Amino acid sequence: MPSYLFWLFTTIMLIGGTAVVAFRNPVSSALSVVTCFVGLAGLFIGLSAFFVGVIQILVYTGAVMVLFLFIIMLLDLKNEEHRANRIAPIAAGIALSLAFVVQLLGVLSKTVDKAAPALDKTALANSAGNFQAGSKIATTLGEGKLPDVHLIGHTLFTEYNFALQILGVLLLVATVGVVSLSKRQAE
Amino acid sequence: MATLNDYLLASGLLFAIGLAGVVMRRNIIIVFMCLELMLSAANLSLVAFSRFNTVNGLPDYNGQMLVFFVITVAAAEVAVGLAIIVALYRSRQTIHTDELTSLKG
Repeated sequence: MPSYLFWLFTTIMLIGGTAVVAFRNPVSSALSVVTCFVGLAGLFIGLSAFFVGVIQILVYTGAVMVLFLFIIMLLDLKNEEHRANRIAPIAAGIALSLAFVVQLLGVLSKTVDKAAPALDKTALANSAGNFQAGSKIATTLGEGKLPDVHLIGHTLFTEYNFALQILGVLLLVATVGVVSLSKRQAE
Repeated sequence: MATLNDYLLASGLLFAIGLAGVVMRRNIIIVFMCLELMLSAANLSLVAFSRFNTVNGLPDYNGQMLVFFVITVAAAEVAVGLAIIVALYRSRQTIHTDELTSLKG
């Protein structure tokens, strides 16, 4: 990814993030989270993680944030806007974040920087030999393209099969839990 | 080309913004959104590590698997958390953390 695109998406992401904290209206905050996640998905796609970028847009901005907006409008939180700011939490938040950023800069200034390894046609074609000949992954790699979704599926269903089953159980438990939590309790 | 440290810096700044929001804001829903920002910041650093450490000339897909699992767990967590917030609002008529003081000694 060219540098100017990286900085563009990073700026979108950070401005969106700052707006989440700054806006008083919860609906504005939720829409700022969407802005932030669009910038983040751009960064993911720039890192050639196409599947993760699309999932970020679909799941996070498409499903999770719509759920947030739905709950905000359901609870009718307009009256939350007219409140005085308390100084202690704001000072604490700024101090904590500044301490964190100072530490981060200290660590990053000491670590060895690294440029991205090339993912050009020859490198991809060379890695095709690690997969079964004639498979979709091997042929696409041989053409010099990155079959991102196929590789993720390959990893998920071979090395992470058990974890995937556990995840299915987790989602089922979460669904049952949400239904039982949302039921109106009998008086 | 952006280097690994650039991505880690962007991820760290997003994490710091989320942390500031969790501490500063008094509205539970916004605190919850800031938690999502922190999770996404961690995801960004995971994807960056996956891209910058190649295995056999391909990105290390184990990192992206962890991102995949984090996003799934986060979606489940959001559903349960919002259900809890709705139940809280039904019983107390508020989601402002300064007014939820029944556990205060």
